Parts: sequence; C-alpha cells; structure tokens
Amino acid sequence: MEWETVIGLEVHVQLATTTKIFSGASTAFGAEPNTQACAIDLAMPGTLPVPNEQAFRYAVMFGLAIDAEIGKRSVFERKNYFYPDLPKGYQTTQLESPIVGPGHVEIQLADGSTKSIRIHHAHLEEDAGKSLHEDFHGMSGIDLNRAGTPLIEIVSEPDMRSAEEAVAFARKLHSIVTSLGICDGEMSQGSMRFDVNISVRPKGTEEFGTRTETKNLNSFKFMEDCIALEVERQIDLIEDGGSVIQETRLYNGDTKVARSMRSKEEANDYRYFPCPDLLPVEIDDEFIEAVRQTLPELPDARQQRFVEQYKLSEYDAGILAADSATAHYFESTTEKCGDAKLAANWVMGEVSAHLNAEEKDITSSPVNTDMLAGLIARIKDNTISNKIAKQVFEDMWQGEGDADAIIEAKGLKQMSDTGELEKIVDEVIAANQAMLEDWLASEPDKRKKKMGGFMGPIMKATKGQANPGLVNQILAKKLNSML
Amino acid sequence: MDRSDIAKLAELARIEIADSTVDEVAKSITDVLTLVDQLQAADTDGIAPMAHPLDATQRLRADVVTESNRREDFQALAPAAEQGLYLVPKVID
Repeated sequence: MEWETVIGLEVHVQLATTTKIFSGASTAFGAEPNTQACAIDLAMPGTLPVPNEQAFRYAVMFGLAIDAEIGKRSVFERKNYFYPDLPKGYQTTQLESPIVGPGHVEIQLADGSTKSIRIHHAHLEEDAGKSLHEDFHGMSGIDLNRAGTPLIEIVSEPDMRSAEEAVAFARKLHSIVTSLGICDGEMSQGSMRFDVNISVRPKGTEEFGTRTETKNLNSFKFMEDCIALEVERQIDLIEDGGSVIQETRLYNGDTKVARSMRSKEEANDYRYFPCPDLLPVEIDDEFIEAVRQTLPELPDARQQRFVEQYKLSEYDAGILAADSATAHYFESTTEKCGDAKLAANWVMGEVSAHLNAEEKDITSSPVNTDMLAGLIARIKDNTISNKIAKQVFEDMWQGEGDADAIIEAKGLKQMSDTGELEKIVDEVIAANQAMLEDWLASEPDKRKKKMGGFMGPIMKATKGQANPGLVNQILAKKLNSML
Repeated sequence: MDRSDIAKLAELARIEIADSTVDEVAKSITDVLTLVDQLQAADTDGIAPMAHPLDATQRLRADVVTESNRREDFQALAPAAEQGLYLVPKVID
C-alpha cells in the first residue's frame, strides 16, 4: 500500500527581549546558574507578574509578518502540571485568546514549487527552567535562569506531507524570526525548538491516522532524520497488523534513536483556567500600526528584490536572502566590488563552505566584505585567475592579510607578459612532441578540445599564474601556424 | 464524584487524601459541583466569557532589567543547593 505522511509542527521561539516575560530579570544566555532567577521567577509568595511590552511587540511583529490577525484582547491562562523546573506549578500561557490568530507561511521546495502552510495561531508563554540530570547524590540540579524567558509558540496546521516540507517550513520560520530580529535563532542554545506531530494514512484517504509527537528537536538535520525514522516505524507497525499509539516521543539526534516518553492516556490533564494574577491585555490599532512601521524587509521580499536588482536566479536569491546577516554580507560585498554575480558565487561557495566547516556565523567570518571585494576586484582586472583566487582566499581566511598583500608577498600575480608566455608555450610544445603529432593529425572540429591538453603543462610551468585567456590565444596561434 | 475521581484529582494536585476521609471529600466536592450545576442553568448565550472579575486591562512594563542577583538569599531558604543549583529528588522523564 502507498502511504502518505501528515506532519504538523509546534515551534517554540525564544524572544530576544532583555528581560523575562513577567519579571525584570535578565535573559542573557550563559550566566551562572540561578543568578538571573528573581523572586517572581521562583514563584515566591506575594509576588505578582507584570508583562513585558517588548514581548507583545515582538509577537505582533511575527503576526504581521505571516499576515495573521492580531489578537487585540489576549488572555493569559494557567496550564497546571508539576515538574521541578516549573516553580509555580503552572505555566502561564495563552489558550482561548492568543496574541496571533490564523496566518500562513510560503515555503519553496527543491523542485521549484511553492506551498502555503497554514498557521493555526501563535501564543505568548513563559519558558521553564532546566533540569540537570547529573547525579548530585541521587538528586537533580535545577537552574531557573531560563524560567520566565518569553516564548512564542507557533502552531501549524497539519499541512506538511514530507520531511522535506517540514524542514523547509522550519527553515522559513527561522528565516522570518531572525530577519525580524525577534529571536537570535541560535538553535544549539535552544532559542528555537520544534515539536513534530507525525501520522500516516493510506494515500488518497481523508481521515488522519493516529499521531505521535516528538518533542524538543533543536536542529533541522535531527528533524529530518527523526521524521524518516518515525514514518518508517508507523508504517511497519500498521503493515504488521498493529496500530500506532498516541504518545509523546523523544529523539536523540546523536545516537539516532527514538523512544516513547509517555502515552496520552496517563497524560496530563492540564486544567487550564484564566490566570487571576493577570488582566486581559488590550492592544489598539495605533500600537499595531506603530509596530508595522518598524517591520524590516522580510526574506520573500528580499529574494524578489535580489532577483530584480542583481539579476540573480530565484534559487541563488533565495539562499542569499534567507537570513539578514548573509544578505547584508552579500550586498555589502557587491556594493564594494561592483559585481553581484561574482559576489553571489563567492558567498555561496568558498565563504559558506569555510563557515560550515568551522561552524562559524557569517558575522564572525575572518574574511570581511572589504577583503572579499578586494579579492573579487583582482579577479575582474585579471591580476589573478579564479584558481589562484581560491588560494588567496584560503590565506585571507588564515589571517595572512588582504588580497593585495598576499598576491604581492607570494608573487601570485598572473603572468600577462606576452613575450614570456610565448617562450613558455614554445617550450611546452617542443617538449610534448607526441601530443603535437596527435593534435596535427586530428579532425578540425576536435582540435579546439585537444588543445586543452597543452594547458596542464603550461600552467605547471607557470605555477598556475599564466593568464588562461592569453595562453589560449598564443597557443592557438602557434599550433595553427604548424598545420 | 466517586472515590476514583477523588484519587485522580489528588494525584493531579499532588495532595495526599487519607483513605478514611475520601468519602467525606467526595461529598463536599459533589456539593460544590451541584452549586455549579445551578449556575450553569443560567442562559449565557451571547455573553462573552469573563477572563477576569475586574473590569480593567493589563498594564505592561518596559523591557528594562530591574532585578539583581539575589541567589544567596534565595538559596538560603532552599532545602538543598549545590554549585548554584537547587537540588530536587531525581527527575526521570
């Protein structure tokens, strides 16, 4: 039987506010444990929460970016459960009246097609602390610095039909929230975490299968692997005559193993009710319009602008426009070197390959836009070939200075001296008599291709510094004169 | 409310209810629910649910740090703390 996968996502996005959602404690990452957990975060008796206006502003920015209706009257509720990283015994969240209503996000797939994924809603809530399961004499250690960090939880409709679509959607959300500047996007620090709801059904049927939820994925790669594994598990189960149980699962990306966490039967009964400590939050049109005025350029609009302004392909523009730091790096390089096509190739090629290999962010690239533009300028004016340029880039990456300094210091300047090149070409032809005989005897339409055989020895003789265009001219002239 | 409902509620609320008092608690809660039933008989069609008894809206605060580190004070109250962490019975998923 042919099966269809159905996927919906719940995405937790940590908002880049300076302070917590309900207290004035700092949210800075990496502080000593519990030094940023104040009386409100610790649920000390007699404390009262006061919501952070910036968290609302950021949530509204997201809502406007996905074309959603903004909840002008949103209500906080208590979601009751016991866990040591949740001091109050409830999470303050939104249920019936969230800040962001239904919206949609467009994704692009590898085959060039696009698809619209519906967003059910997005609500504001607080993050929990962290349990460290290391053994402190048989006890767990709790760090509550993260408790009370503002989150928006984005809930999609079950509109995705493959791991590819789910990952494209997750990447798009990452691109939107980082472009808006409402989240730092640092997935390894837990700034964006994904819960994936997965079910399968016979292709062509309408009814959804029983779903499982895999919680807390914090990498696109883990998400892709985990979906493939879970889809296979569910299909095997059903084809073997069994059935899928609705349950929460955990996936370990390092070992590539998933396990059941708890089944929904024993699942929590959260007993939501409106939080008596917080009044309904009302937001007026003036607030929404003021936020709209601050919206930066979004990835889709930027992609279209790159296509029109720089004549890039949709695909290249999509890659360069996806996050604002990369887009800025590309545009700055282009402005300085005056060649968008070359700038695009270098940013997507050498720069991103080096960044990936060293797991660096483009903002901390050892080769800045001045240096890259300087290198591109030397390719354009024929000082160096593309091949030598890669070598110079490597040296720049290692901190050996800018392109001009490296070209000068290492004598990498391209040989464009016709007299000198003619001499080398003569020598190479003389030293390769067999190749010459073969060339002279070949069909006229094959000669151009066969001429390439001489390029290797010539480049070798010039340590790769010969101007390839010039060598081609000289070589063609010499060989043709021997016919 | 029967004994199993009370057991489930006690579990959810992490409250211990002595076996000898379960019937009494069940009766008390049933009395309260009977009152709620009477309230639910009222016609509320077209009336928006009330989120808060006060007819007011929430004031928001500026995103500025106002709290300082008082970890030593707070951890002095905790039953156990080590290396800056609060210690609790081992957490198992």
